[in-house]
Amino acid sequence: MLKKGFVKPMSAFDTVEAVQQELGSAGYIASDGLAVSLFLALAKQRALFLEGEAGVGKTEIAKMLARVLDRDLIRLQCYEGLDINQAAYEWNYARQLVDIQAQRQSATNEKPDADNLFREDFLIERPLLRALRANPRGAPILLIDEIDRADEAFEAYLLELLSDWQISIPELGTIAAATPPIVIITSNRTREIHDALKRRCFYHWVDYPSREVEREILALKAPEAGAVLQAQVVDFVQTLRGQQLFKSPGVAETIDWAQALVELNCVALDPQTVDSTMGVLLKYQDDISRIQGSEAARILSEVQAALVQGELSRA
Amino acid sequence: MIETVPTRISHPTPKLDQNIMLFVRLLRAIGLKLGSASMLEAIDAAKTVGVADKDFLYHALVSCLIKRREDKPLFDQAFYLFWQNPKFHERIRDLILPRIKAAGHKQEDVEPMLRRLSDALADPPNDPPNTAEDVEIDFDTEGTAADTDRLQHKDFEMMSAAEIRHAEQAIANLQPKLPRRSARRSKLSSRGQLIAMRAALQHAERQGGMVIPKFRSVITKPRPLVILCDISGSMEHYSRIMLHFIHALTRNHPQVSSFLFGTRLTNISRQMRHRDVDEAVQSVSHLVDDWSGGTRISASLETFNHRWSRRVMGQGAITLLITDGLDRNPDDALGIHMERLHKSTATLLWLNPLLRFDGFAPKSHSVRTMIQHVDHFLPIHSLQAMTDLTASLAKMQTQRDAKLAEWQAAARRASLAADLVPAYAQESAYAQEKGHTA
Repeated sequence: MLKKGFVKPMSAFDTVEAVQQELGSAGYIASDGLAVSLFLALAKQRALFLEGEAGVGKTEIAKMLARVLDRDLIRLQCYEGLDINQAAYEWNYARQLVDIQAQRQSATNEKPDADNLFREDFLIERPLLRALRANPRGAPILLIDEIDRADEAFEAYLLELLSDWQISIPELGTIAAATPPIVIITSNRTREIHDALKRRCFYHWVDYPSREVEREILALKAPEAGAVLQAQVVDFVQTLRGQQLFKSPGVAETIDWAQALVELNCVALDPQTVDSTMGVLLKYQDDISRIQGSEAARILSEVQAALVQGELSRA
Repeated sequence: MIETVPTRISHPTPKLDQNIMLFVRLLRAIGLKLGSASMLEAIDAAKTVGVADKDFLYHALVSCLIKRREDKPLFDQAFYLFWQNPKFHERIRDLILPRIKAAGHKQEDVEPMLRRLSDALADPPNDPPNTAEDVEIDFDTEGTAADTDRLQHKDFEMMSAAEIRHAEQAIANLQPKLPRRSARRSKLSSRGQLIAMRAALQHAERQGGMVIPKFRSVITKPRPLVILCDISGSMEHYSRIMLHFIHALTRNHPQVSSFLFGTRLTNISRQMRHRDVDEAVQSVSHLVDDWSGGTRISASLETFNHRWSRRVMGQGAITLLITDGLDRNPDDALGIHMERLHKSTATLLWLNPLLRFDGFAPKSHSVRTMIQHVDHFLPIHSLQAMTDLTASLAKMQTQRDAKLAEWQAAARRASLAADLVPAYAQESAYAQEKGHTA
């Protein structure tokens, strides 16, 4: 249900397939689950809550969406202690003080008129408030990134925004959105987000992509790497994710690795290159020391054997 | 109040007043705080809705007698027993639990009765009109100074069922001083260090342009608490009381994540958030199926590090590891997982009930490995130990544990020596340590 007075976003997609197609043409391969959640969020004008491991493309989706829909992207990076002053609005204290001075000088005999010290033109807009303002390019995309880094108090503050698309400023009144922004919230799950916030969003767990999807992604992001290298890289990373690592490599690491290998003029994986570039994939010393050496060589030979097997069965 | 009774009464029962009175007394006996005003309201309400429909009666009584949501489960049980069984309230004087079962109820449908309710019914007071007072007097006489002192230092393992119940009561009343850290937020304060411009200008607006500085000071907030509790066979006598302990901490702290482990790891944080401790313990017992089994400390820690550590350890968490550290088949990875746990948390406290023995020394392989990676090593076998811990939890961050350093040095020496000692010798060290518990 649309709220009264709100305008439906102009170029929202008609079908789930359209979402996938448009994003795909912009260079983002969205899984079915993600496409459906995104479609629902756009159609129902609700926020989309994306949770997942680091490096699976949560932030990227907001950037791509902004590009596809040709909207502004307003990004709010969360951190501990983030408060209204940095997230929503702040009063321009310097101008307020100058204003008091000016009034005093212009009317020395009268009592200075301080009644309008909190005027709209003294208001400094921060991302949340800016996202509510009318925008010639259409309702912007508001990315609230890594909300798990902010504290619970900030979550509570978001509730009003997400359910009524408005911000209350005690000195001024309520500022409601001309058109509700498209809100995407991401979390790395370093702490649990309150149910009340999740209730106001569509929830999607962004998982590691499947083998096929990841190959498509590599073909898009690292085309310089040949088909052989791409297949080997993807299979190697997919196998690594099956190991009990402290931090499994994300899609971002796969892309980085493929690009690094291209820089090294590598056309196919060999044990020495894998060992020397392991730091691109794994970011914990425990993990690296576990995989580097014989384990990496074993995985590599398995991957190579499986790929050859696949070639044979296809031929 | 009689004149307000409308004509809707279908079956005016002369005994209704009396029954509701008895029912309210039963509720008081099981711990609900109800005054006589509530009782009168309930009688009035029951008469207004009539007694023909039991559901209406139930809701009428709920609306008058329940003031806190967490009392509801107790109320429901009491209501079921009292109004469902026609013979129940007639016999309330000499009622004991087995007889209700004998009365031919479909017991398999009924949740096992909440312990507090069955306890209240199991020792019926001699004189029904004074039910509530009697219960209180009972408590008073048993809680004499000497008695309390004895209970304070008694090992949970040695306590009788009645003493355990008193201990649980005492744990519920613990006032933990939880560790705090400075948050990155501030609040208005006349003695603050930061300038509060917004407040100053708001004030100026009201005062006609006179700007008087206002100040803010940084607030503190409690550190998240993570509890990992061993429920294997060797901890059998402690696990129930530890659940009460975890519940007491959860109730006093906004951010407690608790886990039980025996052969596998179970997250019980949500269950522990039930206000009623009986209900919390019961839902945990439904959830966990490795009570009093074997211990796989290493594997459980690995699961925790892998799946939960990054979700619950943020923002400077303090970790309480409650275990005796006895792992029959410790694998080599235990040290790695302990180290990882230690490095993910601000402070790691190992609470070990075995520490009650004066002659404790880290002998078994698993204890020697684990002791290297903790910040504090403390006993948790008696009420006194528990009280000391909760009182000093806030200061743990800054204190060094001198005794622990000694043990760690001893364990390091022993580990070095153990590399030269055959395995059967280590096995006997384990048996020796186990012997202390007997």
